[in-house]
Amino acid sequence: MKVSASDWLLLSPELFLTAAGLLILSISAFFDKAKEEFLAFLTLLFVGVAIGLVAFLSGYGGRGAPIFAGMFIVDNFAIFFKLLMLVSIALTVLASIQFVGRAPYPAGDYYALLLFTGVGMLFMVSGNNLVSIYVALELMALSSYILAGYFKLEIKSTEAALKYFVLGAFSSGVLLYGLSLVYGIAGRMGLPDLAKLFESQAKSNLLLVGILLILAGLLFKIAAVPFHVWTPDVYEGSPTPVTAFFSVGPKLAAYAILARIFYVGFPKFHADWGLIIALVSAATMVFGNVAALLQTNVKRMLAYSSIAHAGYALMGVLGFRTEFGLWGILVYLLAYTFMNFGVFALVVFLETKGYAAESVADFNGLARRNMTAAVVMLVFLLSLAGIPPTAGFIGKYYLFTSAMKAGYAWLAVLAVLMSALSLFYYFRIAAAMFFSEAEGAPLKSSYALTAAVLICAAATVIVGVAPQPFVEMLRACVIKAP
Amino acid sequence: MTITINHFLVVSFLLFSIGLLGVLVRRNFLTVLMSVELMLNAVNLNLIAFSRRLSDLTGQVFSVFVITIAAGEAAIGLALTISLFRQRRTLNVEDANTMQG
Repeated sequence: MKVSASDWLLLSPELFLTAAGLLILSISAFFDKAKEEFLAFLTLLFVGVAIGLVAFLSGYGGRGAPIFAGMFIVDNFAIFFKLLMLVSIALTVLASIQFVGRAPYPAGDYYALLLFTGVGMLFMVSGNNLVSIYVALELMALSSYILAGYFKLEIKSTEAALKYFVLGAFSSGVLLYGLSLVYGIAGRMGLPDLAKLFESQAKSNLLLVGILLILAGLLFKIAAVPFHVWTPDVYEGSPTPVTAFFSVGPKLAAYAILARIFYVGFPKFHADWGLIIALVSAATMVFGNVAALLQTNVKRMLAYSSIAHAGYALMGVLGFRTEFGLWGILVYLLAYTFMNFGVFALVVFLETKGYAAESVADFNGLARRNMTAAVVMLVFLLSLAGIPPTAGFIGKYYLFTSAMKAGYAWLAVLAVLMSALSLFYYFRIAAAMFFSEAEGAPLKSSYALTAAVLICAAATVIVGVAPQPFVEMLRACVIKAP
Repeated sequence: MTITINHFLVVSFLLFSIGLLGVLVRRNFLTVLMSVELMLNAVNLNLIAFSRRLSDLTGQVFSVFVITIAAGEAAIGLALTISLFRQRRTLNVEDANTMQG
């Protein structure tokens, strides 16, 4: 095995973030006096440098070929996801500053864990071999278990971590068993090698079981039905900035790696996994929307709403070997990241103001107490429901078209119906903000949180109003099915 | 009687099933942790048996990775055990039910 200097360069964002995480951990261990704001600023700076490195790599000629003996690959697809993930981490830091600053726990641990989760996610989307993918996935998962339980003296946070841990460890065991079966039949782990080998081999039942188990393990991370049971509890119990992060960051990584494993590794079996994913997608959007409709707790309602969105997003994986391919899911995830993070960031805002954000009533009269917050929340809700001219509409348009092109018209029709249904529960929050009586003084937001929310809102509106440049750019980022 | 790959696969399948059932059925968090370890070790057995049969080292290398990650997972699991016990004076996962709905 030969490793060239360009291999190291291509993985520089991951290596840099690892070092940054260790540095933050040591600073907070050796300097008790280190201010929380300082650590947050430092984290933000490091994430910014990592974004710069990824942006530099997007113009680097050596990308696109497997590196480190086929373990990793840095193609346009990986670069798009890395940028989006790093932005989501930066937003999380901005949303965390006030929230974590008030809590009696060391902030250095929090930011370091956030960076380590990020390292796992970045490695994951670059994974080109089942071994490297698994190790990266566990790095992400183990760090996020601790983040969920970061408020260790609060029973809800501990419970969230416990549930996330048990079900997460369970699902990665299932995934791993699937990997071992695939290895036993193929004798190799590299995704392109697997595809090449299967091309000339007959289907075996053991292999299909292995592929099914891998799919189940990944669907857990996406929180698709029937592997969604952990989501409402973990989203409710975790510190809210962490919830905001969980609803985008690790999910992005899971979508990316699901697409890569099945497009690059198992293209021969697309008829089998395509149908299963379509059924799971239908079940997920129906269940998520109906359960959200019945919820009164806002955090749980948003958790079910993000389950429903996982159902829509899975439609984007179905366009295998059509002209659309993964284009739909890329456009959708760009929109989803900003609108979903934005909604949770506003829940963070209410919580820093002493509202538990437990019930819809906490949003009562928000329009009169902070007009900007109410309007921005309305933009996010409209976007989540898929109303033009917001990013959510563009994302859904591309998703539904890609499902139609792949021959799943029934699924697209179901998704449109479910989007209409989702209006009801999004409207409940909107109605509470604008039509209910307000009491109390105006609410003011901190600068960092305002910045995070406004970035999300700007992205949601800009992608919605002028989607063309983004959509065209993403066309170059899809993985070509062999 | 010679021991073939099938024997290994059956043993590992049984181990995996025991672990799977343990996670789903048992109430004590420590037992759940042990069941997770059982699942991972079933996978290790699988990987090593396949590696021997295929005369390919990848499986053995992978199992070393799995052992390392299992150690990390156990550390986090035990930390959560302590955290849960301090708050609740119990290790019964059924009692972790503050959130409903």
